[in-house]
Amino acid sequence: MNTPSDLLYAKSHEWLRLEKDSATVGITDHAQSELSDVVYVELPKPGRKVTAGEAIATVESVKAASDIYAPVGGEIVEANTALTSDPGLVNREPYGQGWLFRLKPDQPKPTGLLSPTDYAATLPH
Amino acid sequence: MSAIASSPLALCHQSLGARMIPFAGWNLPVEYSGLLAEHKATRQAAGLFDISHMGQVRALGKGALPALASLLANDPAKLRDGEGQYTFLLNQHGGVIDDLFLYRLGSEEYLLVVNASRHLEDLQVLTNSGCKDVLFQGAPGHTAGMALQGPKSPEILSRMLKADHTNPVPPARNRIAKYRLAGHEVLVAATGYTGEDGFEIFTDLSAGPVIWNAVLEAGKTDGLLPCGLGSRDSLRLEAGFPLNGQDLSPEITPIEAGLGFFVDLNQIRPFPGRPVLEEQKKNGTRRLCVGLKGQPGQPPPRHDYPVFQGDRKIGVITSGVPSPTLGHGIALALITTPAPACGQDLEFEVRGRRVPVKVSPRRFIPKK
Repeated sequence: MNTPSDLLYAKSHEWLRLEKDSATVGITDHAQSELSDVVYVELPKPGRKVTAGEAIATVESVKAASDIYAPVGGEIVEANTALTSDPGLVNREPYGQGWLFRLKPDQPKPTGLLSPTDYAATLPH
Repeated sequence: MSAIASSPLALCHQSLGARMIPFAGWNLPVEYSGLLAEHKATRQAAGLFDISHMGQVRALGKGALPALASLLANDPAKLRDGEGQYTFLLNQHGGVIDDLFLYRLGSEEYLLVVNASRHLEDLQVLTNSGCKDVLFQGAPGHTAGMALQGPKSPEILSRMLKADHTNPVPPARNRIAKYRLAGHEVLVAATGYTGEDGFEIFTDLSAGPVIWNAVLEAGKTDGLLPCGLGSRDSLRLEAGFPLNGQDLSPEITPIEAGLGFFVDLNQIRPFPGRPVLEEQKKNGTRRLCVGLKGQPGQPPPRHDYPVFQGDRKIGVITSGVPSPTLGHGIALALITTPAPACGQDLEFEVRGRRVPVKVSPRRFIPKK
């Protein structure tokens, strides 16, 4: 499984990319592969304040609906509206165009997240 | 069964890289190449499913027919040799213990193909029925089975079955017959759970892997794919077929499930639950299973979501899935009667939000 080295990871299989004022969140390659064909994505609205570990989005495959958790606390600043018409982006580009939302973290330094190596170690094989 | 049983085809699944999950006490493939690809292959070409978990129970002896006639909701006397019917084993309240396929192999030999999750309970009910001159045989884990389904399946199977036997190739709808396939004796029944033309192939444990590999090889050029439980569920729901444990249960009668066609009350023939079914056929039921269809871009309906008509909760979704063929959600729901007519607007609730659906025939794809 692909686990890019420039990201932070949650045990619940979200990734976080820290940028200047905000952070982008998506689900990992492992997560998209486990879910398989994503057919519907429900995202938080910009302006919503979220706490770390809160279920704030849902990714639905043919099989099941899965909760997506906020990896850190903060305020949602953008949701990836491209997923409304093309939810399969989550499968095809989990670390690229298939990102889920951006948020402005409460804390400049996120805590409680895993390094790429530590996250990879939690995966099977 | 407390331990997880392994399919006789487990090594085949492993070498195909299947993703395995526990299901009804069995470790079974949920997908190989991907649910959508497998679903599409079965609709457009063919799919091969492991159904070794499905229980095979024989009713043997001169008391077999009278016993089955006193236990099952459809009338087994309608069957001639080599014919099959969909039927139910019911409790005293008319609720479904199991829905199953009954085949008449001979006047003193019947085959019941039952749900894995109900296999042991079925055997117990049948054996304890006190019926005379009949032996019910077939514990879990002693047989192999696979389903070859899809528009290309008659062609694939016909190429494989030897031409020198007396039974027609392939067997006609709902018929069952013995054949030789890849050097082994098999029973082939023309039935399935996908809404496509197709066959279920029953054989013994050791022949299972040989036949599985031979069928996959024979269908390769036709686009045949091995398919898992994931696509098996989306395919069956598009065809409007019920899943035991969700759309059928000991609390739901076949009449409520909209399956009264498979309950035969014509003969004087007492069987468990019959008085309840007679009453329901005459006066109607308080609940009825209906189809629901959603719209593209809406969250898909799922098992257990509540269903509303305006502010009133009128039922619950028993099975739901985003239909790969149709591109929108489809569901079966158990609704308080009088059930709204086809085309009427209802809503289901998910994550605190209402999603519009229309009442629809339970068959979501055209009949073959």
